[in-house]
Amino acid sequence: MKAIKNLGLVIFLIGLTTFTVVPVLGTFSLDQSTFDQIIKDKNIKSDVFIQSINQNVVGKDFNGMLSLSPTITSALDAANNQHKKNKEYKKVIYTSGHDMAALIGKKSGAGLIAQNKGLMWFLTFGLGIIGALMFILPNVILLGKKGIKNDGVYHESATNRGWIAWMVFIFLVSFYLVLYFRPEFAVNWTFLVDPISESLSGNPAGHWFVYGFMYCVVMTVMAVRMYIKYRHNVYQMVRTTSVLFFQIVFAFLIPEIMVRLQMPYYDFKNAFPLDYDFFFQWNLKELLNSGGIGLFILVWGVVLTLVIVPVMVYFFGKRWYCSWVCGCGGLAETLGDPYRQHSSKSLFSWKVERWLIHGVLLFAVVMTGMTLYSFFTESGTILGIKTQSVQNTYSLLIGAIFAGVIGTGFYPIFGNRVWCRFGCPLAAYLGFVQRFKSRFRITTNGGQCISCGNCSTYCEQGIDVRAYAQKGENIVRSSCVGCGICSAVCPRGVLKLENGPEEGRINPTEVLLGNDVDLMELVNKK
Amino acid sequence: MEHIVIIGNGISGVTAARHIRKLSDKKITIVSAETDYFFSRTALMYVYMGHMKFEHTQPYENWFWKKNRIELVKGFVTTVDHDKKTLVLAEGKELAYDKLIIATGSKPNKFGWPGQDLKGVQGLYSKQDLDLIEANAPNKEVCNRAVIIGGGLIGIELAEMLRSRKIPVTFLVRENSFWNGVLPNGESQMINEHIKEHHIDLKLETNLVEIIADENGRAKAITTDKGETIECNVVGLTAGVTPNIDFLKDSGIELGRGVKVNRLLETNIKDIYAIGDCAEQHEGIGNRRPIEAVWYTGRMMGETLAQTICGKPREYNPGHWFNSAKFLDIEYQTYGWVFSERIKKEQEKHFHWRHATEKICITAAFDKDSKKFLGINTFGIRMRHEIFDRWLTEERDIDHVMQYLKDANFDPEFYAHYEEDIISKYNSVMHTSLSVKKKSWKRIFSKA
Ligand SMILES: Cc1cc2nc3c(=O)[nH]c(=O)nc-3n(C[C@H](O)[C@H](O)[C@H](O)COP(=O)(O)OP(=O)(O)OC[C@H]3O[C@@H](n4cnc5c(N)ncnc54)[C@H](O)[C@@H]3O)c2cc1C
Ligand code: SF4
Ligand code: SF4
Repeated sequence: MKAIKNLGLVIFLIGLTTFTVVPVLGTFSLDQSTFDQIIKDKNIKSDVFIQSINQNVVGKDFNGMLSLSPTITSALDAANNQHKKNKEYKKVIYTSGHDMAALIGKKSGAGLIAQNKGLMWFLTFGLGIIGALMFILPNVILLGKKGIKNDGVYHESATNRGWIAWMVFIFLVSFYLVLYFRPEFAVNWTFLVDPISESLSGNPAGHWFVYGFMYCVVMTVMAVRMYIKYRHNVYQMVRTTSVLFFQIVFAFLIPEIMVRLQMPYYDFKNAFPLDYDFFFQWNLKELLNSGGIGLFILVWGVVLTLVIVPVMVYFFGKRWYCSWVCGCGGLAETLGDPYRQHSSKSLFSWKVERWLIHGVLLFAVVMTGMTLYSFFTESGTILGIKTQSVQNTYSLLIGAIFAGVIGTGFYPIFGNRVWCRFGCPLAAYLGFVQRFKSRFRITTNGGQCISCGNCSTYCEQGIDVRAYAQKGENIVRSSCVGCGICSAVCPRGVLKLENGPEEGRINPTEVLLGNDVDLMELVNKK
Repeated sequence: MEHIVIIGNGISGVTAARHIRKLSDKKITIVSAETDYFFSRTALMYVYMGHMKFEHTQPYENWFWKKNRIELVKGFVTTVDHDKKTLVLAEGKELAYDKLIIATGSKPNKFGWPGQDLKGVQGLYSKQDLDLIEANAPNKEVCNRAVIIGGGLIGIELAEMLRSRKIPVTFLVRENSFWNGVLPNGESQMINEHIKEHHIDLKLETNLVEIIADENGRAKAITTDKGETIECNVVGLTAGVTPNIDFLKDSGIELGRGVKVNRLLETNIKDIYAIGDCAEQHEGIGNRRPIEAVWYTGRMMGETLAQTICGKPREYNPGHWFNSAKFLDIEYQTYGWVFSERIKKEQEKHFHWRHATEKICITAAFDKDSKKFLGINTFGIRMRHEIFDRWLTEERDIDHVMQYLKDANFDPEFYAHYEEDIISKYNSVMHTSLSVKKKSWKRIFSKA
């Protein structure tokens, strides 16, 4: 069993290494007709740029993106500079150099990777999946009887912020940086999944398709790990199945198939304001131009946020979304599960959390207000502030850096719910409802708590669960995503997530059940 | 300002301090020798097993004490002088008090076994014991085998700890079945099986005779009263605990096994009180023992004594008994009294149900004649404390409990339910025809 595990690890690492070096491999050769097509599609008016590419790129072979990308970005920068100097604003190209490099790279890919998509897919994703499963599956036997499986969490480098954790951190952060800021290096990855993309939407894959596909693969493999680790806890099994389903079907398959059917790309479960660009002008225009389905999506999006989300939170708590449906939550609960213990439980962190998350919510709401104002009045600025630049700032700081780079990249160091806890505006909104008008609570079982601290340690949202449990109080906190792990790891059966009457949901106590009845009454009366 | 000094920063001392602070402005000092800050003893095992770091066992952040004006002094109290109302600490420092609370907890029992003080022989009680086991048994290469003496709750925790590092464990238990002085046979039997499933070499009805030293004064083997010699590197002594009160021997405070207290938790000397593991009631309250060495009773005594100290005298008056523990993977809860066959009275009858395949069972105790419900043990099913507390107060009969068992279930959502199965067995052995009542939130949350 141990041997299978080790072999799996080796295979996984081979897959991962291949995946990591693929971006810098491959040959690119752009022919004239392809470039002409690009000029037409992108409506490029810059003669300087066209000439420079014709001269330096077309007809030549480039060895790897490292040599192609600088040629294109510098050509584009030079051209734009010249046009700006000459005040030829019509000729300026607004596509960024890196996007342009990605575009040209995608169309001009040749050689090993582009011609052996299937094989390369196997050497990266294939080996990764096989290796990971070989590493995970023996745990069915190795972990022994079902029960809490946290032995050694704080002894192992990977889960105790050791060197492995830091390597994972570097890998994840780099991966997100490439995705958001250097898409041309993702081009080779897109070749690997082209066949899959084409079979779904009919189009070749872009780098976001790679991301979406990888997301599903990672979640599926890590869900297998969840099933094994938490096989004593049916709640965890059902919940994991649910997030996996919503990720694969709603976030991945349905949008791709909609594209094939000439419909707008839309994830029906992604609620505003997490889906922060839902009201952006380009999106509204696209929806309004898509006929019946566009209108339906528009209405659905509004109803989802204003009616469905709060009503469901009232009945089930915000868990119905955050740990049963949401994609970010889904990744956090699968890939992120080994890191859940790293969330800080200090009072200080709680303060930071409240400022940050409500700040982001405010930001999202103000931005959307401006966006809608601009949309209806057709004026690009409000009080001298450009709507577009507010949107760009949000997309960069919150959408890319906070949610992506920090949110997932920092899993091994700060725990798996950094984004959900400190940044997600939807979580902030759900949190209000959960805290003030909901039937959900975590019931504390009378006086049974022994203050051991397992619950607090493994709460990914950094809630000091023990602080409530040892006082006999129910846990009613806006940030609780209802993952149920506190209840799963409690060795004394103290915690139960449940939906019940609102009355008595919050029950401050000083003297706990089990002591003198008169004393309890005397001290606990408010 | 009155100065309250508390010896011991365990759950009882700290609870008393917190409540005194809530109720008053008195000066509060806690003196303790073990650690700088309060930690949860019950979680020691999880640190060794790598579930948590030691800092996670501390329920309050370090700034808490200053903010609440609870002064912490690290030191060992050697003498209590009640005439001068002062304490003497090990380094000779003196500390004056107006009221003194003794909350010094317990220490592991040692029954004078030959070799009990050798290197590699240890108990599991304190932070120091945790550090020691980490040094004595870091892995299975250094520790080829450990022998644990004494089959109680701490013994099984120690076994689980060592097994988490794959260290072979031999577990000597005096009784003929695990913990059957407390647990009824069916349950004790099930735990025996479960211990063996975890590859722990359980030796029942076996006593330690001697611990044998190697040339460096380290334990290298033990011998049993069955004539067996077992080689080992670590010997864990977990045969119960005794109040940790040796330093009070000549203090004039009345001592039994523990510090003798009345229902107000007062000792024989004015302004000196004792709570927690080290306190001994003159007479056990109800079915309780005079010394109750569990977490929550320490907490309850702290809650109660704070009232007395702050001018509202309160007797220690615990409600219905409850407790919980975990045997490897099996959670155990108990509400009310279920006695083992070895000590139960003639009047007490048991209904036992065990799942066909899983390690899940319950035992409910009731009065043979009146059918009054006396208590329940559950293994592998969580129960709602509040509901059982209410049923005990209302003196419900066992039929009622069986019918409304769904109200009491506290397992996480989506778990399998066993009420139907339980009641059908109940009906067949008791010749009744009861049926399970649907769970009702209204009943659960109605305040009796
Ligand atoms: C491994 C383990 C697991 C346990 N698990 C459970 C459980 O699951 N459930 C349960 O109910 N109970 C459990 N218990 C029992 C529970 O921990 C004790 O009942 C409880 O800790 C007693 O609290 P206390 O405040 O009375 O004393 P303690 O926690 O023992 O605190 C007393 C403190 O006083 C200090 N002290 C003693 N003498 C002096 C002196 N002369 N000068 C200065 N300081 C002194 C000691 O060093 C100690 O720090 C467990 C105990 C152990 C050891
Ligand atoms: S309190 Fe419990 S259920 Fe809520 S987020 Fe924390 S661990 Fe999950
Ligand atoms: S895990 Fe359970 S017993 Fe431990 S502190 Fe949390 S609620 Fe209390």
